[in-house]
Amino acid sequence: MVDFALTEERQMLQDTLRRYLADRYSTETLHGILQEDEGYCRTVWSELAELGVIGALFGEAEGGFGGAGFDLAVVFEEFGRAGVVEPFLDTAVLAGGLIADLGSDGQKAIVDDVIAGSVQLAFAHGEPDSRYELSRVSAKAEMRGDAFVLNGRKAVVGNGGNAQTLVVSARSGGDVADEAGISLFLVPADAPGLSRRAYPVMGGGTAAEIVLRDVEVPSNAALGAIGEAFPAIERRAAYAIAALCAEALGAMESAKDLTVDYLRTRKQFGRPLGKFQALQHRMADMLVEIEQARSAVINAAGHLDRDRATRERQVSAAKNLIGRVGRLVAEETIQMHGGIGMTQEYGLAHLAKRMVMVDHRFGDTDHHLERFIALARV
Amino acid sequence: MDLNYTAEETAFRQEVRDFLAEHLPERLSEKVRLGKRLSKADHEEWHAVLNARGWLAGNWPAEFGGTGWNAVQRHIFEEETTLANAPRIVPFGLTMLGPVLQKFGSKEQQDRFLPKILNGEHWWCQGYSEPGAGSDLASLKTHAVRDGDDYIVNGQKTWTTLGQHANWIFCLVRTDAEAKPQEGISFLLIDMNSPGVEVRPIVLLEGTPEVNEVFFDDVRVPAANLVGTENEGWTYAKYLLTHERTNIAGVGFSNAGLANLKRIARQEQSGGRPLIDNPHFAARMAQIEIDLMAMATTNLRVIAKAAAGQAPGAESSMLKIKGTAIRQEINDLTRRAVGPYAMPFVSEALDEGYNEEPVGPDYATPAAPQYFNNRKLSIFGGSNEVQRTIISKAILEL
Ligand SMILES: Cc1cc2nc3c(=O)[nH]c(=O)nc-3n(C[C@H](O)[C@H](O)[C@H](O)COP(=O)(O)OP(=O)(O)OC[C@H]3O[C@@H](n4cnc5c(N)ncnc54)[C@H](O)[C@@H]3O)c2cc1C
Ligand SMILES: Cc1cc2nc3c(=O)[nH]c(=O)nc-3n(C[C@H](O)[C@H](O)[C@H](O)COP(=O)(O)OP(=O)(O)OC[C@H]3O[C@@H](n4cnc5c(N)ncnc54)[C@H](O)[C@@H]3O)c2cc1C
Repeated sequence: MVDFALTEERQMLQDTLRRYLADRYSTETLHGILQEDEGYCRTVWSELAELGVIGALFGEAEGGFGGAGFDLAVVFEEFGRAGVVEPFLDTAVLAGGLIADLGSDGQKAIVDDVIAGSVQLAFAHGEPDSRYELSRVSAKAEMRGDAFVLNGRKAVVGNGGNAQTLVVSARSGGDVADEAGISLFLVPADAPGLSRRAYPVMGGGTAAEIVLRDVEVPSNAALGAIGEAFPAIERRAAYAIAALCAEALGAMESAKDLTVDYLRTRKQFGRPLGKFQALQHRMADMLVEIEQARSAVINAAGHLDRDRATRERQVSAAKNLIGRVGRLVAEETIQMHGGIGMTQEYGLAHLAKRMVMVDHRFGDTDHHLERFIALARV
Repeated sequence: MDLNYTAEETAFRQEVRDFLAEHLPERLSEKVRLGKRLSKADHEEWHAVLNARGWLAGNWPAEFGGTGWNAVQRHIFEEETTLANAPRIVPFGLTMLGPVLQKFGSKEQQDRFLPKILNGEHWWCQGYSEPGAGSDLASLKTHAVRDGDDYIVNGQKTWTTLGQHANWIFCLVRTDAEAKPQEGISFLLIDMNSPGVEVRPIVLLEGTPEVNEVFFDDVRVPAANLVGTENEGWTYAKYLLTHERTNIAGVGFSNAGLANLKRIARQEQSGGRPLIDNPHFAARMAQIEIDLMAMATTNLRVIAKAAAGQAPGAESSMLKIKGTAIRQEINDLTRRAVGPYAMPFVSEALDEGYNEEPVGPDYATPAAPQYFNNRKLSIFGGSNEVQRTIISKAILEL
């Protein structure tokens, strides 16, 4: 029989995280964090690391105690509920995950630091013209003597400004959009020739534009085999997408709860807004869509460890659906609040922004619709 | 049935175009095109340019210093100015209060206030909504009590657009607490420099301080500032709303937005080719364009009716619902068009005096902020739910 209940461990993880965030991540705290240049709170980061939340994102072989799709889903749904902006996706799921997947024993030492909460990482992959295409990499890696020399530009790199170490993709062979020929390198952020411009992003957190000009790294900085990184990148992107979908789902749940409370209390024409059938029906439709979103998250998270075709089909389906429902929930919850929903101060604004902006990472609704179609053809 | 403009109308369109080519400052049209926030001075500059040409008050009769244009001319003017990325005309004095004073104000009020709306000395804002009175506007509580030659006003207005720039506010206030809600309301003009008026900004979700709370604490207002008759304010308020809803379809904005979207889609690359050649995206754009073409004609049908002397009633509710939905859809597609570069959000980049390079392409900077900001379109000016109720009551008689 299928079983949709969380395991005992995951239930505990969810309870602990929900309690912590309810206590420590109020709207006021969040507004304070949004003012910070770094775009995240170091205290929250280390407290969550201590609670084992980062460890839950890695498998036992890497020193964690989770790492499966449902572990990510539990953690990121809670992040979404509370509107957490800390760059766990970038440091742990993406860059940390790639190091765990591909790293040599020496390189994997970084994963211990990630789990301990003592390092910030970023995955510098997207480029100004790559849009959402994972294989479109024009940054170049050339062998020069015993070293690799990297040149290129990386765009909208999540957490790129805070990271001490970057996982950088660059092409060592093949054409600009080929899957073959892409390599990954561990590059210290202070490497000569690497410059970055960090900035805030809509919905909280930061990203950076990164320029690599003759950045030289030793040959042991290569992560995994040269020219063969694409399958690992695609697989990690799938994990990130599942996490983003779960985050959006959490934000939808909170936005829905806020709206239900508001409709119960706000009165116009002598009645609570919730008594107007026009609004009741829209809330009911939204609820149905959010349940669909939850199923899509379960589908994505539950197939991450399957063969590529199955995994990618589920992941693209989920990202497409989440993009649609996220937009619907953001727009409808704002609308049903009226003016108050339009204000920065009220908690809904942040949730709405996050669930919409999820559409702009790792492919929007349209991208994944096309991808879903294309995957069915191969 | 004739879908062509008359020769005079076509000539008028050309005249507007020529004027814009010569007199619309490029600094301003660039700001509008790039979605930057306009300062008070920007608005004043554009108003002054139009006023010098006698084109500031498009919906005022000539006797009050207006253009005396008919509905078709106003429509042409709106189309051309939005397509040229001119700043919008700040509506509170010109589109809203002006017509009310012309119809219901005293001669003294007309002489005193109308010229100052035109020359920019007075910047008006709209004091209708309150924390407890939004869709149910008639439940408003701000009250005015007669005291000799004055009223004493107490209460609070909210969501007051650009109230931070205003020196005058027109308010709906309760003057009879006993009467039925709609029957105890008066229309009062209040100098915002009066003692006891306090304005506090409200920042909208994408970071723009666009609206305000306005508090009234024992504010003395000369009784001479009462428009029309005491307790008849609801009539004037509703008259104003019909004017507020002219151009509510925003066809001009949608045309400009669609043109901008196409420009972006030609420059953005997707899978190694321009986004505009992506069949899926092209289909989405086409869908909006098809809706917009029909909307333009729906709008003209209402305008033609108005030009023939029939006041648009519930039709403007249709224009509001569909017109704002189209604008919001264009905003949504623009956000998507710019891809990952929708994410960088340097709020200062939308302000004057920001001289750094934009993070991504310049057209990407305002995409997400505008998408979020324009969620307001279906909320203000009578929410789209309120408009649906009007349609079902007034047209469908349900
Ligand atoms: C193909 C088909 C198969 C059916 N099979 C069965 C069956 O097997 N067993 C059975 O018992 N019945 C069956 N029905 C009947 C069905 O349950 C009724 O048609 C239904 O309950 C609606 O009632 P009505 O037709 O009297 O319409 P009404 O109740 O008069 O409703 C008319 C319209 O108004 C809407 N409406 C009604 N009340 C409200 C409200 N309060 N708020 C908002 N909207 C409202 C309805 O949704 C509908 O669109 C079937 C109907 C159809 C069309
Ligand atoms: C950006 C912005 C600028 C504004 N500028 C001004 C201004 O300059 N001056 C001014 O006076 N006001 C202004 N407003 C206020 C605006 O007119 C109100 O926000 C609007 O009337 C809705 O009122 P509310 O916000 O109180 O929402 P509510 O009336 O509380 O409504 C909340 C939600 O419930 C829906 N609803 C309410 N009643 C019903 C019903 N019976 N049936 C179905 N649905 C219903 C509404 O449509 C809305 O979706 C502005 C608002 C915004 C957002």
